[in-house]
Amino acid sequence: MEDLLSARLQMAVSLGFHIVFACIGMVMPFLMAFSHWRWLRTGQKEYLDLTKTWSKGVAIFFATGAVSGTVLSFELGLLWPEFMRHAGPIIGMPFSWEGTAFFIEAIALGLFLYGWDRIHKWVHWATGVLVGVSGVASGIFVVAANAWMNSPQGFDWVDGQAINIDPVAAMFNKAWFTQALHMTLAAFVSTCFAVAGIHAWLLRQHQNHPLHQKALKISLTLGAIAAFLQPLSGDISAKDIAQRQPAKLAAMEALFQTSKPAPLLIGGIPNEDKQRVDYGIELPGMLSFLAHGNFDAEVTGLDQIPKDQHPPVLITHLAFQVMVGCGMLLMAVGLAFLIIQWKFKHLLGHKGFLTVVALSTPLGFLAVEAGWTVTEVGRQPWVIYGFLRTKDALTPMPGLVFPFMLFTMLYLVLAGLVTWLMIRQIRVLHLAYKPLAVSG
Amino acid sequence: MFYVVVLFLGLSLLMYCLFGGADFGAGILEAFTTKHAREKGEKMTYQAIAPVWEANHIWLILVVVILFSGFPRIYTEISVALHIPLTLMLLGIVLRGCFFTFRHYDAIQDRSHDYYSRIFVFSSIGTSFFLGIIAGAMSLGRITLASNVTFAERFVAPWLNYFSFSVGLFACCIFAFLAAVYLMGESEEKRIRKVFWWQAFRANLATVVAGGFVFVAAKLDGFDLIGLLVNHPLGMACLIIATLSLPLLWYSLNLGWVILPRLLAGLQVMLILMAWVIIQYPVVVQIAGNQGLTLENTRAPEASLSVLGWALLVGSALILPALFYLLRSFKGHPWHAEPGH
Ligand code: HDD
Ligand code: HEM
Ligand code: HEM
Repeated sequence: MEDLLSARLQMAVSLGFHIVFACIGMVMPFLMAFSHWRWLRTGQKEYLDLTKTWSKGVAIFFATGAVSGTVLSFELGLLWPEFMRHAGPIIGMPFSWEGTAFFIEAIALGLFLYGWDRIHKWVHWATGVLVGVSGVASGIFVVAANAWMNSPQGFDWVDGQAINIDPVAAMFNKAWFTQALHMTLAAFVSTCFAVAGIHAWLLRQHQNHPLHQKALKISLTLGAIAAFLQPLSGDISAKDIAQRQPAKLAAMEALFQTSKPAPLLIGGIPNEDKQRVDYGIELPGMLSFLAHGNFDAEVTGLDQIPKDQHPPVLITHLAFQVMVGCGMLLMAVGLAFLIIQWKFKHLLGHKGFLTVVALSTPLGFLAVEAGWTVTEVGRQPWVIYGFLRTKDALTPMPGLVFPFMLFTMLYLVLAGLVTWLMIRQIRVLHLAYKPLAVSG
Repeated sequence: MFYVVVLFLGLSLLMYCLFGGADFGAGILEAFTTKHAREKGEKMTYQAIAPVWEANHIWLILVVVILFSGFPRIYTEISVALHIPLTLMLLGIVLRGCFFTFRHYDAIQDRSHDYYSRIFVFSSIGTSFFLGIIAGAMSLGRITLASNVTFAERFVAPWLNYFSFSVGLFACCIFAFLAAVYLMGESEEKRIRKVFWWQAFRANLATVVAGGFVFVAAKLDGFDLIGLLVNHPLGMACLIIATLSLPLLWYSLNLGWVILPRLLAGLQVMLILMAWVIIQYPVVVQIAGNQGLTLENTRAPEASLSVLGWALLVGSALILPALFYLLRSFKGHPWHAEPGH
């Protein structure tokens, strides 16, 4: 396999693996803190058990997230030394803040996991919240670094070198806020629905199990709220991209010709050779509206972008469809839950509803992976948009297919193991925890 | 701000060698323990490491972040030339981190436990070994910037040599020693203390032998280590003090003291690290037939160093009290802020 392709795939696999653990690391602490808070307030023992059960699972995820993150910080240099030579001094700042946030997170996590009965109960609770807060902060910092790759600023590019570096301007680039907002919401959507799905599945097998009922309510409530905010934030992102990365927007929408007004494409398979889309549904004027807030606005198509700067259209478009599709489905599930919770409480334990929630377990994470594919593949062929091409950032080391295969295998094995460990965790939970009575 | 950043770089490296090192060492020791003592030791290792495990390895991340934002060329040149050992070290870091946690958190205790342990032990050895190899390769001076050389010369020769291997071996031994001294202080049972006493003893012997081997290997590779030491009396002094403090360490260990031996073991690691820095000062990465990479000639623009320095300063103002609180909460005694945590 070609070295460039191997390196890109290795990066994609490593990041795609890490992001799952990162999302869980950001959101689970909040779910735990909520349940923990209910325990401290109400003294209902299920909440304590739920907090402890979750925290055991989370410890496994944390360790895996931490080591895969460590790998990433080396991989940036191992695979893209030319990128890091330029970018390091410019985006070092968010990374150093991220390091600080990790440190606090790690300390708070140690206190939380091992602090039962050792520290004051409310201090203990606060350490749990701190884990979540610093997790989200670290996520925002890395995403700011990534946003800079999409919207580079804070330096002057002279003869292929960055000079007059202003790291503060670089960190607060035009994309950082929209991306950070969208990502943070995505972390909540994906983790909450995954957690809810698993507990819904278990509720199908263990009717009215109080632990799972509580877990389902907590996670679905939070997930549903985030799922409603997500498309709003996505709309801001899309308007943003229309300004700063027209090539990405054109690839997302497979818009080969500049159009005025431009239709929104739903589904469809772009054919890059023939410059057309097969089997799509077009909503007239909608893209103009979504991108520029006006049904008659002109939207730049790929024809206005030099051929050697086209991102891969097929992948970007399909990934975008998958993300939005998953987002819509999750919103529907969230809406159903809110209505049931509000008006038809007795249906909460209904098998049909539980099945639907269980089926939506992977959708959030699927959307996250697809969304990152849109962002990262849609930025191609650039690694620093408009300044440095991905191929020029590559390490001179040959044979990159070997590390690619090594890490892919490693991550596959780890993913399998983590899943297996979770199943064992649940099995033991059910052995040890036989509820006697049904409670609300 | 340049100096603030350098200070943090040195400090993070030291902390990683001490805390991370003792952490690796605990894994290495398990390889040399009988089954029964291992179960006891495993529990202790877990109790000693677990609450601070996450914090330990962040020192490494700090080193990496400071390097790529403050001294980008050091980061990129090492990444290119030492791609292979770095990848192998990462493999070790991933495996030992995961399996250490899996071993403890697996809800069901069965045969899988042995597999976790085995992988944890092997990857602890591997990680320490490759960490040493990387350090050795940075000093040996076979890293080349030329692109018109063969694959072997550019990507293999810099680290595949006697000297780097001997440093790798040395790293394994000294980490095991650190861990043994640390864990001995943790154990309350006399019998277990005895086990760790023997381990510390053997690890100490091995460290001295491996240290000697480093000099032999340097000779074999035509690297004038002794000459460098003679020319840098301060570096020489560090090594001599490190060696001379050994009898004191053993004396206090035999008295059953806890704190002093740990401090001394930590001091020894620090002195060896200092000697390494001093004898090649100001160079950090020796480059074949070229001026070496120094902190000075690879430094990022002032604006970058300045925000980096501030981030580190403000960060530590937030972190230090928290870290102190963490250590206190689990030990009830602030003096335990030492190797192995
Ligand atoms: C649960 C996950 C999830 C869901 C339901 C959605 N997204 Fe998303 N999206 C992400 C998860 C995500 C992401 C993985 O978090 C990305 C990748 C990079 C980023 O900042 O967020 C992303 C990127 C991303 C981008 C590119 C941002 C950039 O490159 O800077 C756009 C334009 C959208 N999204 C738009 C939407 C719209 C209109 C949605 C309507 C339903 C939507 N997203 C749902
Ligand atoms: C965790 C969420 C992320 C995911 C899932 C992700 C996904 C991807 C994918 C799929 C690629 C390959 C794109 C291609 O070459 O076609 C890639 C490349 C890359 N990503 Fe990300 N990314 C994430 C976050 C980040 C962040 C936060 C950074 C940096 C600060 C980053 C830096 C890079 C770099 C340097 C490359 C290689 C160069 C390139 O292909 O443009 N990524 N990523
Ligand atoms: C190139 C990109 C990235 C690098 C170099 C990177 C680096 C790291 C490192 C070194 C850690 C370990 C810290 C620890 O020990 O706790 C980590 C964990 C984490 N990362 Fe990433 N990361 C990247 C992408 C991302 C992205 C895109 C997000 C989220 C939006 C993210 C969020 C997190 C979070 C929340 C954690 C802590 C959770 C946990 O420990 O499981 N990271 N990352």
